[in-house]
Amino acid sequence: MHILIRNILIGVLTVLVIGTGVWAYQEHQEKNAILINAENNYQRAFHDLTYNIDLLHDKIGTTLAMNSRTSLSPELAEVWRLTSVAHSQVGQLPLTLIPFNKTEEFLSKIGDFSYKTAIRDLEKEPLTEDEYNLLQSLYEQSAEIQNELREVQYLALKNNLRWMDVELALASGKESADNTIIDGFKTVEKTVEGYSETDTGTIFTSMEKKEANYNDLPGEEISKEEALNIAKKYTKVTSSNKTKVESNGKGSDYEFYSVSILHDDGEVNMDITKKGGYPIWLINDREVKGANISLNEASIKASQFLKERNFKNMELFESAQYDHIGVFTFVTNLNHVRIYPEAIKIKVALDDGSIIGFTAEEYLGTKKIREIPKPKITEEEARKNINSKVKVMESRLAVINNRSKEEVLTYEFLGVLNNDTYRIYINAETGNEEQVIKLHNAEPIYEDIIEGKA
Amino acid sequence: MKVKKWVLLFLITGICFFLIRDSEIQRVSAFSNQVIQIGATGDDVIELQSRLQYLGFYNGKIDGVFGWGTYWALRNFQYEFGLKIDGLAGPTTKAKLVKASKYHESFVKENIRKGNKFTHYGGTDINTQVKTNKKATTQKQTTQSQSQGTQPKTTTSTKTTATNVPNGFSQNDIQLMANAVYGEARGESYVGQVAVAAVILNRLDSPSFPNTVSGVIFEPGAFTAVADGQIWLTPNETARKAVLDAINGWDPTGNAIYYFNPDTATSAWIWSRPQIKRIGKHIFCK
Repeated sequence: MHILIRNILIGVLTVLVIGTGVWAYQEHQEKNAILINAENNYQRAFHDLTYNIDLLHDKIGTTLAMNSRTSLSPELAEVWRLTSVAHSQVGQLPLTLIPFNKTEEFLSKIGDFSYKTAIRDLEKEPLTEDEYNLLQSLYEQSAEIQNELREVQYLALKNNLRWMDVELALASGKESADNTIIDGFKTVEKTVEGYSETDTGTIFTSMEKKEANYNDLPGEEISKEEALNIAKKYTKVTSSNKTKVESNGKGSDYEFYSVSILHDDGEVNMDITKKGGYPIWLINDREVKGANISLNEASIKASQFLKERNFKNMELFESAQYDHIGVFTFVTNLNHVRIYPEAIKIKVALDDGSIIGFTAEEYLGTKKIREIPKPKITEEEARKNINSKVKVMESRLAVINNRSKEEVLTYEFLGVLNNDTYRIYINAETGNEEQVIKLHNAEPIYEDIIEGKA
Repeated sequence: MKVKKWVLLFLITGICFFLIRDSEIQRVSAFSNQVIQIGATGDDVIELQSRLQYLGFYNGKIDGVFGWGTYWALRNFQYEFGLKIDGLAGPTTKAKLVKASKYHESFVKENIRKGNKFTHYGGTDINTQVKTNKKATTQKQTTQSQSQGTQPKTTTSTKTTATNVPNGFSQNDIQLMANAVYGEARGESYVGQVAVAAVILNRLDSPSFPNTVSGVIFEPGAFTAVADGQIWLTPNETARKAVLDAINGWDPTGNAIYYFNPDTATSAWIWSRPQIKRIGKHIFCK
């Protein structure tokens, strides 16, 4: 009897042990497959990256030797494309925690420069001596990056280095650990850092967003109490349970206070510049219950709000309704010229028409006393430069930021082509087409479409 | 026998009552009092589009969103009828429109609800202007009100079939960002969520980061919610609204491109970034 039980037990246990073993083996296999898959994705991005940097270096070299304008432009466009591809490949590698942003900035600056020169009419405006020298130095710099990346690539191939280890090292916070790949990328970064100090002057300004600088705003520095009062004035919150005013951290480019006011329905948050006490943004987080007023009434409330707070010459530019909230964009209108960089956005709750959001970030960054130059060409002349298929519906003068982020005076035309509406900006000095923007139509709600089909 | 008679009588009165009520609705429901302007959504816009289409000014889809197509149609109407051309549907314009056109409200709303393709041109029998969505035989009645938790303005309110999206972003981009924001910051205040969305957008503009929403979100190691799969939780309405605010230009972070939770951050490097401010549990930095 005992023997029988013992045998059964042994049998059951053996089956269990074998079963666990098989299961564990399968799990292990699956895990390995997934790891290899992830590793391969990293490897692919890495080798693609080095390949593209190789190509990039060669292409910059080719442009140096080129003379004919007709071949130069396509080659510069190719450089631009390669930087963009390389940029996206860097984004696929687990480099987030390694300082590698200088290299990425370097890539995108090469991209910006080659793009700007590629779209330029090089017949009329050939490369200047400075630009040529810049290309020359870009060529040398890209050679160094190429060399270092190749070195990392060689070591990675030779020693079977895995990107998964890089990821693990970074995730565990041991990025200082001895890891060839990490070290290699750090060296690349150091090399690039070296050039940016001896930067090549003004031509190499990138197209990135200009940093907002509110330090030059007129006015006296305000205190925390004053900041709180401004916030109350802006929101008309009377009953507040708890208020808090905090100063900005050390890393900010400009000085500001963050005010928060808890009230019965929610919370108001607002940032105010220390100098002059200007509102940067405001969000009143509360539930909006239904829509009782129209978008049109709400836009009137928004423009009253601006007037009462001494924002002069603001004109409604865009409006959109999202559920029970109206969002409005206002821009300065100076003697019938729209100044698009000076934009303020306002969010109005459609239940009671109160202002629940405000942002003047762009406005404060660009607001200044302006002399609008007289346009050098007439509207009629500008109109001739528009695609003849576009039917022009509206026109006016406007100041915009062009693709190189410079402010230019333009004629703005609102035109229709087939079923789409476009904003077209023609430079009022040169007659160049500065920008064409296709305006979005409302998007169908896909859930409905899918549901309809289900 | 008697019972049968009563039932019949009851039915007839019932039907009469409904007919009267129905025609009454048709009459009074010609627009609410609002001035309709570009960007608006809802019942009035559906009526506006239907009436403009009836007269042949509007050839787009009747979707309940006052977009550019509707705007030009309205202006053409105002031009043809000698009204002030301002692209706003005010009292005069609406009165003129109501006088000049017909609006088959039940037809339009029925077809919108069923997801049929239809038009509303005058001069032809409207019943020939429907392309029935064959697969939609089992119609869903649940999607009546615009969003959960809020009361529609009137009981006849129909859901619009389109929606406003900020230029440059699709609903799917917004959804993906809402997923990221929800996974990363669902415990944070509303402003804290707008801030996380704003960081994603600041990264789009920054040369050190990828140039697409998906590129930024899925950059290896960039967001913990992506690494541990929390991004695939279903986001709530708050996260979506926070994303919309951020896209519309609200940036509570002062141009931050990094943020971290000081209690859980493992990397020493992140502490070396210049810090701008703290919102809730997150420190935002350059």
